Amino acid sequence: MSVTTARPSFSIFVLGERILSNYLLQSVLKSLFTIWLVTTLIFFVIRLMPGNPVDIFVQDLLLKGLTYEDAQTQAASMLGVRLDRPLHEQYLEFLGNLLQGDLGKSYISRNVPVAQMIVQRLPWSVFSIGTALLISFALGILLGMIVAYKRNSWLDHLLTNLAAAMDALPSYLIAILLILLLSTVFKIVPVTMTRGAVSPGIPPGFTLEFFVDVLQHYALLAFVYVLSRTGSWMLTMKSSTMSTLGEDYVTAAKARGLPEGRIITAYVGRNASLPLVTRLALSIGFVVGGSVIIESIFVYPGIGLLLSQALYSRDYPVMQGVFLVTTIAVVLSNFVADLLYGWLDPRIRIAGEAK
Amino acid sequence: MTTLRAFIIELGKTLKLLSRNRVAFLGLIILVLLILVSYVGPWLWPAETRSNLAEIYQGPSLKHPLGTDFQGQDNLLQIIHGGRVILEIAFITGILTTLIAVTLGALSAFIGGTFDSVMTELINVWLTIPQFPLLAILATMLKVSDVWLLAVILALLDWPGLARQVRAQVLSLKKRDYIEAAITLDLGTPHIIFREILPNMMSYIAISLIFATIGAIYQQTGLVFLGLVPLSGANWGVMLSLAYNRGAVYTSDAIMNVLSPVGAIALLQLSLVWLARGLEEVFNPRLRTSV
Repeated sequence: MSVTTARPSFSIFVLGERILSNYLLQSVLKSLFTIWLVTTLIFFVIRLMPGNPVDIFVQDLLLKGLTYEDAQTQAASMLGVRLDRPLHEQYLEFLGNLLQGDLGKSYISRNVPVAQMIVQRLPWSVFSIGTALLISFALGILLGMIVAYKRNSWLDHLLTNLAAAMDALPSYLIAILLILLLSTVFKIVPVTMTRGAVSPGIPPGFTLEFFVDVLQHYALLAFVYVLSRTGSWMLTMKSSTMSTLGEDYVTAAKARGLPEGRIITAYVGRNASLPLVTRLALSIGFVVGGSVIIESIFVYPGIGLLLSQALYSRDYPVMQGVFLVTTIAVVLSNFVADLLYGWLDPRIRIAGEAK
Repeated sequence: MTTLRAFIIELGKTLKLLSRNRVAFLGLIILVLLILVSYVGPWLWPAETRSNLAEIYQGPSLKHPLGTDFQGQDNLLQIIHGGRVILEIAFITGILTTLIAVTLGALSAFIGGTFDSVMTELINVWLTIPQFPLLAILATMLKVSDVWLLAVILALLDWPGLARQVRAQVLSLKKRDYIEAAITLDLGTPHIIFREILPNMMSYIAISLIFATIGAIYQQTGLVFLGLVPLSGANWGVMLSLAYNRGAVYTSDAIMNVLSPVGAIALLQLSLVWLARGLEEVFNPRLRTSV
């Protein structure tokens, strides 16, 4: 923006323009808008679809012998909306409840708030997928750099082809194969360790017994995530490293006679992993969404299993709640990725400010 | 006709280049074999209709090369009969996804202005929606049992990622001299997009189509595995889901009942990925020399 335009510097227009052009504020507004849009979408999708779950629910109650009025009131209290009112009023009430963190109540587990169910399940997913994601990320970065440096060696061909294959296989196939081979056929992992998150009868608490049990149940599940994710990190890191190796500043660093170790870590590694860091932030958002099938296979009580149980029993408030939490996670991680990218790569930040 | 002949010549050239790339050629051969088995096989070997309780969970033998399942039915026969629906849904989804993505992505980049900004924002929002959960929720409500309906739903969810890439590609192609010449000559938007820009992106589009197909296989078998799509009849996903729900995964005798569908789905996915990666190398010589 040129300084020569003769405008009073404290004019309301300038202030407005500044606020709107603020990179951070723009991202916040965009994120909020997206969450609102997806919330609205899922509200209307669930209510306007053929086989409307609200009607089905009312009919179920009628079949159980309730009067129409009773069925209506019960449905209303479960869904957190009044069914006799026009859709737009229901929608406003839904939004109001949502702002107070009220996601309604489950159909199946009567009178249990959906928010409470999600809060109970979320830590297991965040723990299992979060740690596995970090492990696969670190492994992928390391292997990707090694392979890029040892290009065209037997190690490169082996790892690259393996990574491409693992990346292509659906993770649930890997999970089923591992359970079948490790647990059923070769009996390396006890079957009980492939189902659930803790053995029954072990009280949760800061005891060694609990801790070991949790880790034993976590091991195979995490192994599946690591196996299916590392390949794609490795391939991305390999191509990113290879293009970084061709950059002038790497040649310059070599010409200056810097020690190889410093070039690998501070020059190549740091710059090559830059695009991957934002992808890591993005994939954190998919933690919740990507776990539906894997958690069902391992009967691991995370948010993915909660969703698949809700899908089986047509528990629409729970579905809606899990979906919203998932969306918010994705939007938040997008937001973090945006900020991270601007912070890590000054070129982006400057371009954003100059706009 | 000229375009058709040019297409066939291009196809021939591509196949020749592909045959030099071992991995890609292997992928192509496996894929063709799977398609042949799935379409010709059922005609040669009709499906079993009754269960045979005397032969439950048998291992491989001459009579049952891949063993039998929990009902004593032959696994190999089920594999032969279970591929067609998966392939159909996958390819229809792949084609529809690519069509939507290419049209909207190219139009967005070419028209620019408000249309472009709206499309870009729409794509951004669409990409933040967790796809598999949304797909699963939609599947519970629609009770999709129709091949075309499922393919359309999958395509409607899958197009934005590809559209974004197509848009970026078209934006860079738009600055080339011959496109600027075409714009100056005022040849009209459809002509420029479909006759000048898209033919130069064919290789890219072909690879994207394969990747869209791969995604569709992942999603549909996932849905079937969770029991959300009541597809009737033989299907590798249904087979896997049945094997899992009958506890075959925890029964060491039943190993072939699990390995058969897992192997079939894995082979299909791997063949497609190898083919796509091979095509990438063939079409992008820079990759060929450096990898």
